Amino acid sequence: MSEIFVLVDHVDGTVRKTTGELLTLARRLGTPSAVFIGSGADSAQAYLAKFGAEKVYVLDAPELTEYLVAPKAEALAELVSSKQPGAVLISSSAEGKEIAGRLAIKTESGLITDAVDVRAGGDGVETTQSVFAGNFTVEATVTKGTPIVAVKPNSAAPEESPAAGALEPVSVTISDAAKTAKITDSKPRAATGRPELTEAAIVVSGGRGTGGDFSQVEAFADSLGAAVGASRAAVDSGWYPHSFQVGQTGKTVSPQLYVANGISGAIQHRAGMQTSKTIVAVNKDEEAPIFELVDFGVVGDLKEVLPQATDEVNKRKG
Amino acid sequence: MNIVVCVKYVPDATADRSFDSSDSTVDREGVDGLLSELDEYAVEQALLAAEDGDGEVTVLTVGPADAADAVRKALQMGADKGVHVEDDDIAGSDAVATSLILAKALGTLEYDLVFFGMSSTDGTMGVVPTMVAERLGLPAVTYGSEITVDGSTVTVRRDGDVATETITATAPAVVSVTDQSGEPRYPSFKGIMAAKKKPVEDLTLSDLGIDASEVGLGAAWTKVLSFAPRPPRSAGEIVTDEGDGGTKLAEFLASKKFV
Ligand SMILES: Cc1cc2nc3c(=O)[nH]c(=O)nc-3n(C[C@H](O)[C@H](O)[C@H](O)COP(=O)(O)OP(=O)(O)OC[C@H]3O[C@@H](n4cnc5c(N)ncnc54)[C@H](O)[C@@H]3O)c2cc1C
Ligand SMILES: Nc1ncnc2c1ncn2[C@@H]1O[C@H](COP(=O)(O)O)[C@@H](O)[C@H]1O
Repeated sequence: MSEIFVLVDHVDGTVRKTTGELLTLARRLGTPSAVFIGSGADSAQAYLAKFGAEKVYVLDAPELTEYLVAPKAEALAELVSSKQPGAVLISSSAEGKEIAGRLAIKTESGLITDAVDVRAGGDGVETTQSVFAGNFTVEATVTKGTPIVAVKPNSAAPEESPAAGALEPVSVTISDAAKTAKITDSKPRAATGRPELTEAAIVVSGGRGTGGDFSQVEAFADSLGAAVGASRAAVDSGWYPHSFQVGQTGKTVSPQLYVANGISGAIQHRAGMQTSKTIVAVNKDEEAPIFELVDFGVVGDLKEVLPQATDEVNKRKG
Repeated sequence: MNIVVCVKYVPDATADRSFDSSDSTVDREGVDGLLSELDEYAVEQALLAAEDGDGEVTVLTVGPADAADAVRKALQMGADKGVHVEDDDIAGSDAVATSLILAKALGTLEYDLVFFGMSSTDGTMGVVPTMVAERLGLPAVTYGSEITVDGSTVTVRRDGDVATETITATAPAVVSVTDQSGEPRYPSFKGIMAAKKKPVEDLTLSDLGIDASEVGLGAAWTKVLSFAPRPPRSAGEIVTDEGDGGTKLAEFLASKKFV
């Protein structure tokens, strides 16, 4: 079985859930090896082993994180050239896609971004993507080099499959050419205490219809243990931070349940939530396009409906 | 400061976009096209960055004959001149080939900064800017939500997944711009009139020294095996709130085991 690389998505050694998903998908293609870039590999090891990483390559040098993306791509490309894995799986975040793009050019390999499924097919690695705001499904394959696939969060349920997870330090030298876009400041995002938007099983969003007051949306989200999202109209009005925007130019979410409140359902918003398993909307306009997508909809004022729903949910939870 | 802005001509996102069933490429015939809305933000930032200098803003596109519309729109907004790479052999090019053509075209131009949109509204890969930077060996400051150009230094604020970062590079450099960077201007009447006289250079693959075998559908490093419209969602249940809408909502969620 060939070695399949999974680039670990982590913050100082705390592994993000997408990595467990990638390791699970990688096992369909071969034997997963995690590639850990940066510091904190020791604290990540147990997680990586649990989800099936036979090896954990550790690439740690200050340059890797002092500059934007290019050094990571360079180090990864070197490892790919020397180990010749059967495929490289990367999470489809902004940074992940940039690493993937550079890796594709460096290793002359085909790249597929935003995959929602990956499997071994007759022609090698096959992927499924959801395109045009989720209106089409495309199956594709890589025809040149090492398949590089950027996979969206929530594309697979992480399944445990304990493996050795042996740490293998890899020495890295970064060229001057890769050290040109310097990160001069980094402010970590303040924790909200709620699940991470792209990882959450339930997302409750608010739009212009909130009128700027997200308290009902947040209370309902909390009753369900959900993440909070927002439409661009709400973000542009300054009502909610941009990092919570769902849609084409925000986050793509694909939770078990998406609840849209006071959101009309513009194509750019749909692009970020259309593949959610169950969709619910509260909107006072029965003609709102969001109702075309829903499994359950309430035509009504969210200021009335959400507090009542929150009470009812809390009551049922006992 | 000379700036090049790369812009893409895309099918209108609000129309019914589809695929060409003969070769599984994006159908560019059936749907009206326009300058990608996300690239308007890049044009805006390029114009602002060039405003107090004496350099020029050149808009560069790779695309079919109709892509001239995208160039014209950027000229109307205020760019000084256009470059349009058009060749039948380009049809079906993937991001890898597009980045090659853009890199070669940039080789014929003078620039300090190259601006890009954060992603195209049709392909939405968001990889072309980094690929071009990789090919040209240029620094790339990407997903800028706030762009400051000071002398030959470009600084962006990047609202990343886990942190807000400040990133700087020295020109020549690639910059990609998000839709948080500031509303793009509308072409003024004066701008629309002036655009008619602005020069647009048309280039072919041979002008750029690119062999037809390096680009187009045949040269793509990936292959679409099939495509299908997403099955329509089955019609859901819609209730009108008569004082019990919230309760009904909670009941629905409970019936689906979310509570
Ligand atoms: C290039 C581009 C990229 C974009 N990217 C994104 C993106 O990533 N994400 C995104 O969301 N949008 C994006 N947009 C914007 C998108 O087109 C819409 O403008 C936006 O989604 C609208 O947000 P909204 O639904 O909150 O507001 P509106 O469209 O104004 O809808 C508000 C809704 O709230 C309802 N309402 C009002 N009051 C109440 C009440 N009291 N109770 C219940 N319902 C109420 C109204 O009936 C209405 O349906 C993008 C646009 C462009 C051009
Ligand atoms: N055919 C093209 N011509 C010019 N610029 C392009 C083209 N395709 C992509 N770009 C630029 O690259 C950015 C990202 O595109 P993409 O990687 O396709 O999402 C766009 O916003 C444009 O600035």
